[in-house]
Amino acid sequence: MMFWDPRMEEMPREELQRLQYRLLKTLVYRLYSFSPFYHDRMKESGVHPDDIRTLSDIRKLPFMYKRDLRDNYPDKIFVAGQDDLVRYHVSSGTTGKPTVVGYTRNDLDNWTASLARGLVSCGLGRGDVLQVSYGYGLFTGGLGLHYGAERVGATVLPTSVGNTERQIELMQDLHTTAIACTPSYLIHMGEVAEKMGLSIKEDTDLRMGILGAEPWSDTMKTRIEEWLGIKAFDIYGTSELSGPMFCECSEQKGFHVWGDLACIEILDPGTGESLGPGEKGELVVTMLQKEALPMIRYRIGDITSFEDGVCACGRTHPRVMRISGRVDDMLIIRGINVFPSQIEYALMTVPEVGQHFQIVVDRKGALDDMLVRVEVSRESFSDKITDLMAIRKNVEHKLRNTLNVAVNVELVEPGSLPRFEGKAKRVIDRRKL
Amino acid sequence: MIETGRFLIKQISVFSENRPGRLAAIAKALEEENINILAFSIAEADGFGVVRTLVDKPKKAYEKLTGLGFNVAFTDVIAVQMRDAPGGLYEIAKMLGDGQINIEYSYAYSGKEGAVLILRVDNADQAVRLISSRGATLLESRVFQ
Ligand SMILES: [Zn+2]
Repeated sequence: MMFWDPRMEEMPREELQRLQYRLLKTLVYRLYSFSPFYHDRMKESGVHPDDIRTLSDIRKLPFMYKRDLRDNYPDKIFVAGQDDLVRYHVSSGTTGKPTVVGYTRNDLDNWTASLARGLVSCGLGRGDVLQVSYGYGLFTGGLGLHYGAERVGATVLPTSVGNTERQIELMQDLHTTAIACTPSYLIHMGEVAEKMGLSIKEDTDLRMGILGAEPWSDTMKTRIEEWLGIKAFDIYGTSELSGPMFCECSEQKGFHVWGDLACIEILDPGTGESLGPGEKGELVVTMLQKEALPMIRYRIGDITSFEDGVCACGRTHPRVMRISGRVDDMLIIRGINVFPSQIEYALMTVPEVGQHFQIVVDRKGALDDMLVRVEVSRESFSDKITDLMAIRKNVEHKLRNTLNVAVNVELVEPGSLPRFEGKAKRVIDRRKL
Repeated sequence: MIETGRFLIKQISVFSENRPGRLAAIAKALEEENINILAFSIAEADGFGVVRTLVDKPKKAYEKLTGLGFNVAFTDVIAVQMRDAPGGLYEIAKMLGDGQINIEYSYAYSGKEGAVLILRVDNADQAVRLISSRGATLLESRVFQ
């Protein structure tokens, strides 16, 4: 089966945009009338539903942030009453209070339909055994994938996370063909399999991974695909959007964001200016059909870019590239947005330096000055100063090309940069602004 | 044909950031292991440097410094006795230059053998053969180690 919902997935772009506009208009009227929270927000920004006359008028609407959900804990901004809700999910709240999301029957249907389209687009269907190794429970990952995969006729093996050896045994015994989990859990699984004397590539029927819920790089993707002998597809979503929502198609050039369910914008995180295809910026999502907890111009804080053209797979819906960083980590250096993740990826191509780094930003006169400290690896240290200078020059060159801003590099002793467990604090900003 | 290996001396090269106390840390570590520093030089670039030392127990020094997290490499150098008179250095440099051998760096060592030049060249074997064929005196590695 090529398409789950061909009429919608191949809908001509103009028709899709007309549909988006109609849905947006309806949504804004509904919220203005029934959501005290959003009514006040619109009033504060001086915008009335009548001001929405084209799809691009979406830019007149005020943003929503994660803190809006936290500040209105648990359900103060829900638009549906509890009797219309059929489920809650709760996010763990890594940066403070947890947030609660609620779903009506239609919300669950749309969530499942979105995943059904995405899963079919990457080749999952009847005959597949999908091992869902995302957490089940309050987290949206497990149950989301579970219902999406059942809908397209795949056989679900709901293993959830943990007990990895048992997971690998089941993967063999029940002939799992696809797995849904975080990329790092899949790597862990591959390592555990090797300790058990098994190879996922040789000893299982696994052919694809549907991976998400954390940032990952092209390098990780290539490693997973070659090492485990599978195709790795990106899946994207957050609980505020419903959960895992959009999945890469077989072309693997970004995930399709279904235009009838969501409208995306990419903004310059510094200026708020709207960016075009291929330009990297902050992803802003408006959910067009959510009932219980509508999300308008939600600033998730993820950095990526989008492509607008019709995909080679035939789907007309825009594609969003794999997330490359977080807005919170962004630095503005001489007016250019710089993300630590870009530096990480660039350093991966220079084996002479390790993957640890530290960024020091300072202001020299009127200009920002960015220094990146990297460790010289033991293997590449020779006693020659010229070799070391060449390494430094090479790193400076690679960073300059990646970031489009001049960078000074300092070589430091191996092991001298701080190590982090969990979230890394790699930036020292000494600018007094 | 002269057997060149016994003239190749193992120098310890240590990568060091240009910040106070790094040289002292290296010296202290070696002292703790009763390792004698016979000669040393520091090559500095912008922001970092390489500390090069000739020690009596290079293997032990390598292990100690690596264990402390330093980035350490062995480098082969040769030691040539210099005529202790004006022009002594020039003679050796010219000798190598004529033989198309590049000196990457050099530093002095002064022991009971008199003035000695420690040399890092791009082709040590060839340098040893050339220097001995011209009648200059090379010191064997066992003099130091
Ligand atoms: Zn596609």
